This record gives sequence, C-alpha cells and structure tokens, in this order.
Amino acid sequence: MSQEMNVNVTPGAGSNPFEKIGRDQNGGERIVRKSLTAWQNIRRNLYENKLSMVGLYFIIAIALMAIFAPWVTGLITGYNYFANELANANQPPSWAHWFGTDDLGRDMWVRTWKGAQISLFVGIAAALIDLVIGIVYGGIMGYFGGKVDETMNRIAEILYAIPYLLVVILLMVVMPQSLTTIIVAMSITGWINMAWIVRGEIMRLKNQEYALASKALGAGSMRIIFRHLIPNAMGPILVTLTLTIPGAMFTEAFLSFLGMGVKSPVASWGTMIDNGRQAMTTYPWRIMFPALFLAVSMFALNVFGDGLRDAFDPKMKK
Amino acid sequence: MVGYLAKKFVFMFVSLFLLVTTTFALMNAVPGSPLQSEKAPSAAVQKNLEAYYGLDKPITTQYFMYLKKLAHFDLGVSMKKRFVSVNKMISQSFKYSLRLGLVSIVTSVLAGCALGIIAALYHRKFLDNLAMILAVIGLAIPSMVLGPLLQYLLSVKISLLPVTGLKEPLDYILPTLTLSSVSIAFIARLIRSTLIEVLSSDFIKTAKAKGLSGHIIVWKHAMRNSILPVITYLGFLAANVITGSIIIEQIFAIPGMGKFFVSCITDRDYPLIMGTTVFYAVLLIASRFIADIIYALVDPRMRTSVGRGGK
Amino acid sequence: MRPILEVKDLSVSFDVFGGEVQAIRGVNFTVNEGEAVAIVGESGSGKSVTAQTVMRLIATPPGRIKNGSIMFNGRDLLSLSEKEMRKVRGNEIGMIFQDPMTSLNPTMTIGSQITEGLVKHQKLSHSAAKTRAIELLKMVGIPNPEVRLKQYPHNFSGGMRQRVMIAIALACNPALLIADEPTTALDVTIQAQIMELMKDLQKQMNTSIILITHDLGVVADVCDRVIVMYAGQVVETGTIKEIFRNPQHPYTKGLLKSLPRLNQSKDEPLIPIHGTPPDLIKPPQGCGFCSRCEDAMRICATEAPEVTTISETQMVRCWLQDPRAAKGAGMGKEESA
Repeated sequence: MSQEMNVNVTPGAGSNPFEKIGRDQNGGERIVRKSLTAWQNIRRNLYENKLSMVGLYFIIAIALMAIFAPWVTGLITGYNYFANELANANQPPSWAHWFGTDDLGRDMWVRTWKGAQISLFVGIAAALIDLVIGIVYGGIMGYFGGKVDETMNRIAEILYAIPYLLVVILLMVVMPQSLTTIIVAMSITGWINMAWIVRGEIMRLKNQEYALASKALGAGSMRIIFRHLIPNAMGPILVTLTLTIPGAMFTEAFLSFLGMGVKSPVASWGTMIDNGRQAMTTYPWRIMFPALFLAVSMFALNVFGDGLRDAFDPKMKK
Repeated sequence: MVGYLAKKFVFMFVSLFLLVTTTFALMNAVPGSPLQSEKAPSAAVQKNLEAYYGLDKPITTQYFMYLKKLAHFDLGVSMKKRFVSVNKMISQSFKYSLRLGLVSIVTSVLAGCALGIIAALYHRKFLDNLAMILAVIGLAIPSMVLGPLLQYLLSVKISLLPVTGLKEPLDYILPTLTLSSVSIAFIARLIRSTLIEVLSSDFIKTAKAKGLSGHIIVWKHAMRNSILPVITYLGFLAANVITGSIIIEQIFAIPGMGKFFVSCITDRDYPLIMGTTVFYAVLLIASRFIADIIYALVDPRMRTSVGRGGK
Repeated sequence: MRPILEVKDLSVSFDVFGGEVQAIRGVNFTVNEGEAVAIVGESGSGKSVTAQTVMRLIATPPGRIKNGSIMFNGRDLLSLSEKEMRKVRGNEIGMIFQDPMTSLNPTMTIGSQITEGLVKHQKLSHSAAKTRAIELLKMVGIPNPEVRLKQYPHNFSGGMRQRVMIAIALACNPALLIADEPTTALDVTIQAQIMELMKDLQKQMNTSIILITHDLGVVADVCDRVIVMYAGQVVETGTIKEIFRNPQHPYTKGLLKSLPRLNQSKDEPLIPIHGTPPDLIKPPQGCGFCSRCEDAMRICATEAPEVTTISETQMVRCWLQDPRAAKGAGMGKEESA
C-alpha cells in the first residue's frame, strides 16, 4: 500500500534507490543451495564412490552368473558339476572347457559358477538369519531397556565370548555335513553383532519425538518398533548385513577347505581351492578360477559395504 | 576398575563353562560309542577300554569327572593313540603355533599401525589411497587364496622363499604374511579412521592453540586416543590368529596345533577334539580378557562399554 | 592506548562441495592493550572464523585466507612461518574454546596439559612448571590444586574444566586471550562465575581479551568495546556505552530488542529478528542484512554500504547513514503515520 502511495507522492520514486521497501517477507528463508532428501543424499554419496560402485557391479555380475551360468551351460553343452569324465581329466582351459577341467574331468566353468551359487547362498542365508534374530533380539533389548536389556545383554555377551569358529567346527563334527548345518552353525552366534547394532540404534531413536508422539497416540510397542524405529535404523542394519555376507562366505570356504564343509561332488570354492592346491604347480587353473572368484566376490562385497557405510555416515567423508 | 574386571572375569568363566559343557554334550551326542569304530577287540578288552575312558559310568558322572580333570588341567587321553595324553600331544604341537602366532600378532600390530598412521597423516592424498586399497585387498583376500598364491609366486616360480615348514627364520615370512594380512588391514583401517577423527577433535585444537608442534600433537595427544580401539581389537586379533592358524598350518605344512586339530577331527578322536577345543577356548577367552585389562590400564576413563567389541 | 592487534581487510573462504563459502569478507578491527573487546554475532556470522584465523588455526584446505593482514605487536601473523607462529600460539596469544567437555585431552592428566606449554615456551624445568601449574590452578579458583593436577579431565565438572582451559590459556602470560564462546556450553550460574573470573584475571594480568559470543547479555559486564558481525562482515563497532545506548545498525538494534531486560514489563514482547542469515556460498550483492531489515531500502539490495564514522570510537556499515536516506526514510515514516 505505502509503496503505491509513494509513487503517487513523488513522481519517479520507483527509481529512487533510497525508497524504503522494508523486510522481504520470506526473503530471509530463501534457500540458495539445492537440498536433497536423506535417501537422495545416500544414493548420491554412493554413486560418487567409484570403487564401491564397481563392487556393486561385480556382485550383480557374479550373482547373475551364479544363477544362470550352470543352467545355460548345461542346456548348451550338457556339462554338469558332478559327472566324472576321467578321460578328460586335468584339461587346460580351451574352447570346449573355458576354465579347464579338474582331476575327475569335470568342467571347471560349471563348477566355478556352481560354487558361486553355494557361496552366495550361504552368505545371504546366514546374513538373513542373523538379520531376523538380530532385529528381534536387539529390538526388544533396545526398546524395553532396563532389566530386560541388562539380562538379554548379559546372555549375548556370554555367547559372544564363545569363539565362533570353534562352535561352527564342533557342530560340523557332530551334525551331518551339509549346507543347512553350515548355515545353522554360523547363525548360532553370528546374530549377536546385528543385535547390538539394532539395540544401539533403537536406544538412540526411541526417545526421539516421532517415537514419543506415536507412543502418545497409543501405538503398541511392536508397532512402534517395527513401523517407526526399525525403518529409521535401516542404515546401520543394511551396512552390517552387507558386511556379514563376505564373512559367512569366508567361513563356508574355510570349512570346505578343511574338509568339514559340503561334501563332494557338490562344488564349493573352498573344496575346489583345497583340491586345486595339491596340483598347483602342474594344473594351476584348477585353483586359479575358484580362488579368483572367491577373492573377487569378497573384495566386491567389502568395498560395496564400505561405500554403503560411508554413504550413510557422511561424517567420515566430509 | 577392579569391579569392572571382576565382572569381566565372571563372564569369561561363564562363557568358558558353557563352551566346555556344550563341547561335552555334543561329543556325547554323537551316535554310537566312540570306541565302536575301532577294529573290534575282544569283549574283555572292550570292557577294559570303556572302564579306562570312564564310558561305563552314567553320563552325568562322566561329565563331573571331566570337569574335575579339567580343573586339574588334565585334558584327557586320546582314543586313537592309546594312552597318550591330550596334554602331551598339545604341548608337542603348540610350540609351533605359539611362535607363529606371536610373530603374527607383533607383525599385525606394527604393520597395521604404520599403515594406518601413514594413511591418516596423508589423508586424501596418494599414500592414503594406496594404503587403503592395500587394506581392502588384505581384508578381502581369504587366507586359503592368499597362502597358495604367495607360495606359487614366491616359492615355486622364483624359489625366493621356502614352500613349507617352520624351522628357519625365512620359513616364517609367508605363513606370517598370510596369517596377518586380515589383521594388518583391519588395524590399519581402524587406526586411520580413529586418528582422522581424533585429529579433528576439540582437544587437538587446544593443543594447537598451545603452540605445540605437529609432531607432538600427533604422537603425544592424538596417538594415545587412537590406540585405544586397537587394544580392544587385540582380543579379536588373537582369535583371528589362532583360528587362522588352522588353515595356515594346513597350507604350509606346519606341524602345529591347527594341523593337529584338523587331523583329530578327520580321525574323529573325540577326547582329542574336546581337549583341543577347550584349550583353544581358554586361549581365546583369556586373550580377550587380557585385552580388557590392558584397555583398563591405558584408558583413564575406563568406559564400561569396553569389550562390547564389534566394529 | 597502544593497539596490540590490528586486523585489516581480512577475507577467508572455505572451498566446499558446490562452491566457495565466503566466511569472512573484508573484516577490519583493532584491539588495544589491556582492552576487552567482544565480537558479537549469530552462528555463521564469521566471528569464530575470525578468531581462528588470528590464531592461524583454520585448516587449509578447505579454508583459504584470501586477503588482508593481522598485525600483532608489530608483526603480520599471516606472513609468519608455521614454526614462528607456534611460538606465538599459547605463548603470546592464548585461546579458550566453546566446549570444555571436549577441549581437554581425555587421556592426559590436567597437570601435564598445563605444564606442556610452559615447558615448551618458557623453557621451565619439569618441577618449576609444576609449581607454576599449581599456582595457575589456584588462580582460576580450583581448590586442592596439588591433588587435582594428577587427575584426568573426566574427574572435573564442565565449569571446572573451563577454569582449567583458562589456566592453560593464561599459563605463559599471553598479551592476548581469545575466548571463543567460553560460556555457551555451561549452565547459567556457571556462566556468570566464568565471566567473573575472566574479568578478574584480565584486571590482574592486564591481558587483552577478545570475547566471542552470540549473547550480547554477557558482554556488558566484561568488555570495553563491541564488534558486531553479520554475514562475514563487521556491521558496527563502538564502546559498550555506544552500542547499548545508541546503536546505529538495524541488526544491532534488533539484537538489543531481542534481549530480555529485568525492568521489562511482562506484556512487552521480546522482538525477534525475522528470517535467517544469507548463505555465504552466494553472498548478497548489497547489504547482507537487507532481506531481514525492517528499514531496508532499494539500494540496500543492490549495493554494499560503506563504513560511516559516528564518533571516534563508533562506526557503522549501513545505508541509513547516508544523507540521502534520511529523506527516503522520513518519507516512509510520513506515509505510514
């Protein structure tokens, strides 16, 4: 209003640089920098991390090969991972056998990807079991706190002090050697780390406003834990999950390498490496391919997990 | 602090007890008599043997007998190699593992710290990137891949180092490297991230404002705080080295406990498995406890969350 | 009074993701011997950056000192080598930080943290330094100094730790003490004690003080002069009297209006300053305060105001001081009246 009147009183006042305009009603709140949502930010951080993206591509490639390669190769050439063909033993890599053959004449290409299948399956299964137990146990510890937390935490601490590999080895000794046994054995103490991560996150989050608001609105404990707290704790949970997988893969390879894992003819990278090791100087391809892919997939998972952690926790990156 | 350590000690004991009991239960849950697999001796001999191993008694009695023996540090008697005590077998092989283990622990700590400090001091520069890539590789390449690879490259191809064994000092290089790679990488990353964090903390600013030189700031003010997580990690380091040696001794044909452990598993020699497991467990749990003590001595604040571990 | 510190045309920028943040843009001010000067402003106004630049504690990169000089006792601190600068830090200029909980090294005893600087700068022997440390602790009002010396920071409360920080900063009798929001992290009652202590020590030791704060309330008691900073620039300086009785810049006025007074009737509202400071990644062309200023004029948005001298001690950077503005402003008032 006053501006219009100004114009009327003094002709040409519009160009007067000393005309009073007053406070910009929302000017102070103007946002100059583009702001990103939390998830956009995480994705951007992740994309920027070249190494971890390479890791991700490798994981996807290996997973796809693990799923399709043995099956497609079987359809085309009729090779499989278990049938012996002694006449063809220890063949070096060729057009017929891309990765060569092993001491029993089995195609290493098929066996390597079959090994990828087993390795990834064990890794993912163990990680998922850890996730479920960890979320439930850790969620309860963190949410209820007090006596419940203290007691459950004691139990976890005691279990945690028991050397993990010893338990796994012991179980492998007394139970039938199978994939299920390996996964069960690894899950016995493997979930504790996840439980602690979840507990820490829940403790941090449960006193924040939205959880309190939800509680004030009469939401039940379970609803608060699973609808409000767990989704907000997703970052550290995802990171832990990703980094659990290579650990589980290593344990499987460890057991199989020592002859305590899956039994022949099932192809595990661990057994293949142990087997190839004995003929390392004469038939190097027998150890080379399983070793290469085990190392590559563990490397890929590790760098991807690291990248994920940095993306969730930009403090480390600045 | 004493209270804290006492609590830790009780926990340690409970864990150990649980493990011993579990081991005992598992070994006895195996179907059939442990002696069955032997070439069938006469009934009288069988009976004598059962009496010797206490297998004729009820299971609870066996359990208490076992505990009692353990309390006297008696780990039992082998079944395959008659009348040879587990203690003796362990003492024969353990010395190799111990030597290799100690060398590895020292290597891990020294190399890991050096790598991590360099990376932190050259944060975001070439050396940092190089050290961190090395660390990720070290962390990712499993020992059963790294061991044979090193053997193949350095021993078979260019005959630089011995392939197997553990007698001469040179013999130690490859097994130590293989056994330590994961720990070196882990410690390097741990030191790097803590040191970077510590170097940007307020008390470092205070130290700078006092006019101290960069040298003193890093070594006197920052290091002390950055070394704490490594001490917590020492317990895990010992565990890594001990369990890792199971594979390494296999690869490098070292007659240590790891190799012995694997062979008694293949033989299904239950008293030996049990004895070795318990021995390993004591070693592992005790080393974690020692790490706790060291931590308590170094950190004046003595936070109670110590030993929670994890990463 | 002899000037001890003269900051001229100081500009500091930080290179961050997406551009350059011009944290301070052409700052000028002087601190005289034995004088206590407050630098007031809200967070992001550049007051802490200014202080840290004087100590040369800005990390470079991402920080960058673009321009200016900092004359301290006849030397330009910006041209000193890092080694020479270390002889100034802690010796000739002491510094106290905002958060006493994190500013002390948790793994070192209080004693060794105090004696460190003494041994380095004054070449005291270990035992002489210890005696001096006990003296210092007594001076800052810590009872039982002999015992406390051997304790770690976690044995001290927040207020006590800040006292220790003061002891560390004053250990070598510096000519200048920079206190970067020394009471912000403390309880109100403790705040008063710490300010009181600083005032006493200043009298005793004749140290110059730069007190950085966002709270004009704590300034009046301790300081002789006030420097008001906004968006990386000094917008007004003056003696305590001038700033409190006769503020010229709308921002200073705003700060004073938003301060509760004891004699204020309870119906009289506190007047906030609306809006937020500009993002210094794109500093405004004109006056930084323009968008939040009730008296803003057209020119404020397009051209940066020059410094106007009000008195020998008071200066302000505002277009309202321009003779042409009186007319425009007057007209505005007429219209709204």
